[in-house]
Amino acid sequence: MSDHEYIPASKFGKWFNDRLPLLSLASHLTDYPTPKNLNYWWTFGGILTFCLITQIVTGLTLAMHYIAHADLAFESVEHIMRDVNYGWLIRYIHANGASMFFLAVYIHIFRSLFYGSYKSPREIIWIIGIIIYLLMMAAAFMGYVLPWGQMSFWGATVITNLFSAIPLVGEGIVNWLWGGYSVDNPTLTRFFTLHYLIPFLILGLVVLHIWALHIPGNNNPVGIDVKKPSKDTVPFHPYIVIKDAFALLMFTIVFAFFVFYSPNILGHADNYIEANPMVTPAHIVPEWYLLPFYAILRSVPDKLMGVVAMLSAILILAALPWLDTSKIRSAVFRPLYKQFYWILLVDVLVLGYVGAMPAEGLYLLIARVATAYYFIHFLIILPVLGFKEKTIPLPLSITEPVLGGFPMASAVKKKESLN
Amino acid sequence: MKHTFKIIYSIIFLLLGTPQVSAAEKIDLLKTDWTFKGLFGKFDRGSLQRGYQVYTEVCSSCHSMKYVSYRNLYEPGGPEFTEDQAKAIAASFEVTDGPNNDGEMFVRPAKLSDKFVMPFANVKAAQAANGGAYPPDMSVLAKARSGGVDYIYSVLLGYEDPPIGVTLEDGVYYNKYMYGNNIKMSEPLSEGLVEYSDGTIASKEQMAKDVTTFLMWAAEPHLEARHKMGFKAILYLIILTILVYFSMKKIWSRIESEV
Repeated sequence: MSDHEYIPASKFGKWFNDRLPLLSLASHLTDYPTPKNLNYWWTFGGILTFCLITQIVTGLTLAMHYIAHADLAFESVEHIMRDVNYGWLIRYIHANGASMFFLAVYIHIFRSLFYGSYKSPREIIWIIGIIIYLLMMAAAFMGYVLPWGQMSFWGATVITNLFSAIPLVGEGIVNWLWGGYSVDNPTLTRFFTLHYLIPFLILGLVVLHIWALHIPGNNNPVGIDVKKPSKDTVPFHPYIVIKDAFALLMFTIVFAFFVFYSPNILGHADNYIEANPMVTPAHIVPEWYLLPFYAILRSVPDKLMGVVAMLSAILILAALPWLDTSKIRSAVFRPLYKQFYWILLVDVLVLGYVGAMPAEGLYLLIARVATAYYFIHFLIILPVLGFKEKTIPLPLSITEPVLGGFPMASAVKKKESLN
Repeated sequence: MKHTFKIIYSIIFLLLGTPQVSAAEKIDLLKTDWTFKGLFGKFDRGSLQRGYQVYTEVCSSCHSMKYVSYRNLYEPGGPEFTEDQAKAIAASFEVTDGPNNDGEMFVRPAKLSDKFVMPFANVKAAQAANGGAYPPDMSVLAKARSGGVDYIYSVLLGYEDPPIGVTLEDGVYYNKYMYGNNIKMSEPLSEGLVEYSDGTIASKEQMAKDVTTFLMWAAEPHLEARHKMGFKAILYLIILTILVYFSMKKIWSRIESEV
């Protein structure tokens, strides 16, 4: 793992380290050679770790006061909001923390898409990332059910009902998931259990994600392999640590604005109405971060095919390292891919928008076109582009852009002359 | 680089807020100045106390407020009645308690620790007394309607004669701002309905504003503490960010690289 052998200075340190090499690990993490040209889009890994820890800590605190029972859950949330010391703060951090977590993960994923971080030799990092993302969606969905408001209840009903699309055994599976014949107390208690479990699974996978990252080392905006350690790299501490800290603080300011000044803007008003199986809300919409997939689900007229499309939309990402046939990682050197990248980003935002709208008329049409394009991007454009695209020559190293092939070279020079 | 970073942040910030609004429900709600909005927003004590009066004299005959306690009435950040006033208010209500040592239920005056006494024993009783419609609990009502306080304020003032061609069933009223325009609650407010003890003239607008302010407080009793802490927290974060920024610049100046 480490590029040089670490030898503790003290005798005890050496004795301990021979038995459990924690000090070697710490040394590896501090010295870890990181490409020095990483931009701010690379700070979201650290930000995501912060989000996970925040969710776990606030979640544990909430779990001390929350009651997972269909008759008491809503009331216990109000108890937290009113009577628990700073309960409102903890709950608002947790609720908005979920949104911040997804905001960060989407930036993280789209950074990876832009700079080709999923390509060889980082496929395993990427696939673990996709599994983490899937678990995040499961955790977020089940967490949204726990306050037992109208949107909790009906969201749970709609999503669990998707399983009924499975031929033959669908109905049975749905009843098994519910623990009864409708979403009710058994559903709530098992969702609570799983909502408690999943973050720790994510934590384990995050360790694997980082471990797998530390084998080849970070990708970088230029997308070329860097020699480690060399003048292209800096030790993780203090260079990357301080930069990540700065970015994290910027992120926390945005986070704090939501928590303190518009804590409910990302939620749905209906979730402040206690769950009522007799009254269906006018529009059942998921949280914003699931909207693109909700749009894909509803754009297909057939229920089973809709579910298949929605799942494929996520799972297709796991195949991305092999669907993208280009050897060049960074979009900086791929003029065509760069354009398709931005189109895909707009496409996903459009899907998110129509996902929040009623599935009818023009919205439905837009959703269908956007869904089709989503799959075309991954299944047709990316594989073909690898063969057809004329890429820009790569520099030999980060510090020595050659042949004028590094498009930012002139910009970099200009900046240097200004300094 | 830093510039694009900022721009993207603000774009995402904007995008996040918009998709939740459903286009179909867009009508312009009545606006009024709420003192509790904005970075330093605070409740107007007078308005909260008057709002409580409107709630208790008008709304509470049908609408419960089951998560709010009498003690909340004197706690900081709320209407801030004196403790004695809150005690007197509580004592004017009766709650069924028990069983006592003889196994009997008994009626006693409410205490500060009691939740607001409900007008009906249960949902069914409330529906039976209100033509089948359940008057929603008002504890979190201000957060439970899209449009929030503006929506509630508008509905209170939105009663009109139905447009020509619209016929209403018995016990249904026309309201310009209510979803679907049909409401089973008759117009609750009329000029001078309550007599404010502080001498404020009880116009319809005044009562609607006061009671809506009270509902906002009931839904978000720690709003003032939240705004106060938010300002301090964000100020602290900004200062820390600036310090960390310069530390970062200093550290990265050791090597020839941009940060």
